[in-house]
Amino acid sequence: MKKKHWYDWLWIWTIIYFLLGFFNILFAWLGMIDFLLPLLLAVFGGNKWFCNHLCGRGQLFTVISAKIPGPHSRPAPRWLSSPWFRYGFLVFFLTMFGNIVFQTYLVYSGASTLREFVKLFWTFRVPWGWAYTSGAAPDWAAQFSFGFYSLMLTSTLIGLIVMLLYRPRTWCSFCPMGTMTQTICRLKHRGKEDAIIFH
Amino acid sequence: MASKFFAVADRKSCVSCGACFRECPRDAIRIDHGCYAVMDPALCIGCGKCRRICPADCIGMEERKA
Ligand code: SF4
Ligand code: SF4
Ligand code: SF4
Repeated sequence: MKKKHWYDWLWIWTIIYFLLGFFNILFAWLGMIDFLLPLLLAVFGGNKWFCNHLCGRGQLFTVISAKIPGPHSRPAPRWLSSPWFRYGFLVFFLTMFGNIVFQTYLVYSGASTLREFVKLFWTFRVPWGWAYTSGAAPDWAAQFSFGFYSLMLTSTLIGLIVMLLYRPRTWCSFCPMGTMTQTICRLKHRGKEDAIIFH
Repeated sequence: MASKFFAVADRKSCVSCGACFRECPRDAIRIDHGCYAVMDPALCIGCGKCRRICPADCIGMEERKA
């Protein structure tokens, strides 16, 4: 049995995060920790310490899949971890994030009004108004919360789907955060002996 | 007794997620430069746990040379 560290329990944080957003959407802002911390560690530390130790989402997939039957050792199709898909998905993901920021700006500037729903898979609008009391925060802050929570929930759902179909952490093979941090590490360590391989 | 096989990750397709290293019972894996997994053949017992978890399916087993 491997020794457990405090960070081995961070999968619980991932569950708490989604529960908090269910009751009050403003908690969605806490997800920025999972967005910024991996990048900071990669940029300043030149490592993937976040993926390797701190990511609750990756852990959650392992924990859930251990509890349910399924083809846990079936490898995912190769294209899912191919560079073009990984980078393509990253670009798509960043575009969607950019759109959230833009929608936030529109509400901030008064060009648009607050829309209280969570959008799943960038398509399905799920009414989520109960999780927000009008006026509790500036409208733009609430708008960002709804958008960001949608992104976090959608990506986790995709992760759960591929977890059910293939190996538990299949999501990690094309996770935009993982791709971004690995790319930063590759750039940072470029030219070192042990040649960093670029695709 | 050393095992007959030991694990090796393909650096090119590794996504450095660390799933293998969390599974390894011998702590034989490290993630180098945040870029790819490296297995220490001296520690590896060839159990294959890392191979079964790897989401990029980039771990193979190599036979030890006598
Ligand atoms: S690849 Fe993504 S989901 Fe997997 S450990 Fe890294 S940040 Fe977490
Ligand atoms: S085969 Fe087993 S001992 Fe060897 S690196 Fe993989 S998990 Fe560790
Ligand atoms: S599980 Fe596979 S992709 Fe992830 S770090 Fe290990 S060898 Fe690389």
